[in-house]
Amino acid sequence: MKLREKAKVMDAGQIESALVRIAHEIIENNKSVDGLAIVGIRTRGALLADRLAAKMGAIANREIPVGALDITLYRDDLTDVAEQPVVHKTEIDFDIHDKVIILVDDVLYTGRTIRCALDALIDFGRPKSIQLAVLVDRGHRELPIRADYAGKNIPTSQKETVQVKIKEADGEDGVIVAEMEE
Amino acid sequence: MAVKWTKKDLLGLETLSADEIGLILETADSFKEISQRPIKKVPTLRGQTVVLFFFEPSTRTRTSFELAAKRMSADMVNIQTNASSLTKGETLKDTAKNIEAMKVNIIIMRHSCSGAPQLLAESVSPSIINAGDGSHEHPTQGLLDIFTIKEHKKKIAGLNVSIIGDIAHSRVARSNIWGLTKMGAKVTVCGPATLMPPEIEKLGVKVTYDIKEAIEGADVINMLRIQLERQGQSLFPSIREYAMKFGLDAEKMKYAKKDVLIMHPGPINRGVEITPEVADGPYSVILEQVTNGIAVRMAVLYLVSGVKERIE
Amino acid sequence: MDIILKGGHVVDPANNVDSEADVLIKGDKIAQVGKNIKANGAKTIDCKGKLVFPGLIDMHTHLRQPGREDEETILTGSRAALKGGFTSVLCMANTNPAIDNKGVVEYIHAEASRAGLINVYTAAAVTKGLEGKELTEIGQIAEAGAKALSDDGKPVMNAEILRRALEYAKMSGLPIISHCEDINLSGNGVMNEGFVSTKLGLKGIPRASETVMVMRDMELAGLTGGKLHIAHLSAKESVEAVREAKKRGIKVTCETCPHYFTLTEEAVLGFNTKAKVNPPLKTKEDIAAVKKGLSDGTIDAIATDHAPHSAEEKDLEFDFAASGMIGLEFALSLANTELVKNKVLDWSGLAMKMSVNPSKILGLTGKGSLAAGSDADVTVFDPSAEWVVDEKRIESKSKNTPLAGRKMGGAVLITIVGGKIKYENGRFD
Repeated sequence: MKLREKAKVMDAGQIESALVRIAHEIIENNKSVDGLAIVGIRTRGALLADRLAAKMGAIANREIPVGALDITLYRDDLTDVAEQPVVHKTEIDFDIHDKVIILVDDVLYTGRTIRCALDALIDFGRPKSIQLAVLVDRGHRELPIRADYAGKNIPTSQKETVQVKIKEADGEDGVIVAEMEE
Repeated sequence: MAVKWTKKDLLGLETLSADEIGLILETADSFKEISQRPIKKVPTLRGQTVVLFFFEPSTRTRTSFELAAKRMSADMVNIQTNASSLTKGETLKDTAKNIEAMKVNIIIMRHSCSGAPQLLAESVSPSIINAGDGSHEHPTQGLLDIFTIKEHKKKIAGLNVSIIGDIAHSRVARSNIWGLTKMGAKVTVCGPATLMPPEIEKLGVKVTYDIKEAIEGADVINMLRIQLERQGQSLFPSIREYAMKFGLDAEKMKYAKKDVLIMHPGPINRGVEITPEVADGPYSVILEQVTNGIAVRMAVLYLVSGVKERIE
Repeated sequence: MDIILKGGHVVDPANNVDSEADVLIKGDKIAQVGKNIKANGAKTIDCKGKLVFPGLIDMHTHLRQPGREDEETILTGSRAALKGGFTSVLCMANTNPAIDNKGVVEYIHAEASRAGLINVYTAAAVTKGLEGKELTEIGQIAEAGAKALSDDGKPVMNAEILRRALEYAKMSGLPIISHCEDINLSGNGVMNEGFVSTKLGLKGIPRASETVMVMRDMELAGLTGGKLHIAHLSAKESVEAVREAKKRGIKVTCETCPHYFTLTEEAVLGFNTKAKVNPPLKTKEDIAAVKKGLSDGTIDAIATDHAPHSAEEKDLEFDFAASGMIGLEFALSLANTELVKNKVLDWSGLAMKMSVNPSKILGLTGKGSLAAGSDADVTVFDPSAEWVVDEKRIESKSKNTPLAGRKMGGAVLITIVGGKIKYENGRFD
């Protein structure tokens, strides 16, 4: 299966301003950064979470706890995938009990990844609440899950994929819509 | 890591590549954190059945595997028997075929006969994980030893690792030798001549009967458990002489490097192969080995459970 | 009906024949060997390009009857023998009950004539129940027609008992076939002690386990003047010991088996129980020594040590699996490939090891020779035929061989026993 790039829907600058906007929205919505912590879903969600934490920290002038969650062990499709996915480390070195957790991912699609992440998070303790921040919401939900903060809504067809590129992992920032070639 | 896990079974480290060993170690590193959570459980193996099939008494390996499986939400069945009672009538394969018919996913097996897990691996579809077979291999012990070394030394290649004790009857020694040499360590084996298997140097290890030589310059010293019953088999004259010649004590530790790691697969014969002050001393990572054992075993369970190719 | 084998390469070292000739069989005897024999009315078999041997004699066969008829019977073992070109076998005493008295010897002979395919000779036990403690009634056993004495499968560990057996057996002229193994040195060993046993973590049997007993037994033969034959020689040092003893004038003969000049301990890798055999498979150096022993006459005979075992006895943990492999159907082909093609032996040399010498050692009359008046036991072999060992096509009731899938060079075409064609091209009569 090959992917054909159709459109670049966000560039580095647009990603940056979306993150700044989300950072402000989170603080505004929660009145302050007290009791807030950020957890990103590996791989790209975690990278975005680091950036978001830095921005919120700069606004509030203090450090925001940030962690990374690997949801592989919670996936509901392990018996279907052809190869066992590589398990990465989960690193949440703060107590999530009674915290407001901002869960961060790059793309919100079916909602299944978020479902895994919610299960995983709750194994670490009982947060006060969990809010979801994503860079891109592309629709086609299969579970009753919605984003509290979205950088951009991008309507897509199911034949298409949305690829988020983050400098730390991919060498550049950008969001691309691509189509699977038959 | 480019390498993919494709093996239905884990029978030994002899048949693994350095990359495959690396993959297990990396995966184990990701699993280690689970045992530190308040809720030490992930749903990964939900609905899968793991059978612990032990033909030899064991407490720590069995417990470690059991916790590993339970922390991954597998259902567990424990079968403890002994090899001789089975051979009277039903064969090992019969028993395994019966277990297979109950639709289990993974069989973790310990057996006093070398090669017994391979016999099963070739004939049944569940994954077979060797939890120690005769004097052959104990791959998860080898892996957790290497994992523990790597945690401390950040590398394996170039390290000097000495394995001291009853090499001839030790599956732990063999798995360590295979794994460590594949990863580029320099391995020395040391023990009485009666407990040194013939032509072991062909495995790429140095042989010495002098414990001082094994201690000096070693980055890691892995002390093996000596089976006390061997005394009656004229393999060494007495426990006392063994302890004096091959036991690790504070006196002999004077020859050791300042940052040496002392390891032991357990259970320890305190005062025989290792004195309490060394076993409990600052260089000892013996309890870390136990902790790491769970992570390594979780990683192995995870990897073999993902293999789709099965014997029909 | 008379039979004439036309134009084959006749290999009859007992009569210094190793050339193209005809062989005429009248009734149950050889009538004549020579060029262009005219034989009106005889069934003519064209043997051009084929080898014609005096019927092969396997002096080391386990037929498992009585006791383990699920593994082999005298009948199925006879068929396997015929397919391998053997017209006579010596069956070993470790049956259940053991062949340790006149009654069991007679039973074997009666069953063999009922099967009616080959000559079955018996080796009776040296000690009652093969327990190494009390001598069997050797005199009566000899009278019943046993051709040798052997506790094969086990050594006679007590040197005093073997000494007395060698002395007592002198009266009947029966050779004692000794399974040389020091059971203390062997311990719980299951394969050759060496690099492979180290790798697999299997308990090894040191090579000295065989050699110390070979040396002990030869000293006892020297002491007593008894007739000693050493079974299944496998170690280099054992071959050397026999060579030295023969030089010293000790009356000793010995045999090796095809697996000891074909397979090494490497065959055990992967815990292959089909390669578990006692004495255990050894190394390349041992193979070389066994070959040298065959070519310089140190080793007198090639015997199969055909040891059938059921799948149930082999499909086990290596430590628990039975020792032994079947051999009757492969021996001649392996000897062809490993010995003749590699110039270890010529055809006459091979006939010495597989027919002439076994006949001599066992004191058989009319066997091992194609002289006029000899028993008409003949093996016709096509050295250029090729086939692959296939478990489904094994005649033996047991299929325990590590050779499955191996390409074999040369095949037995016809086996004639007592003037009757008992086997021809896959068909038994």
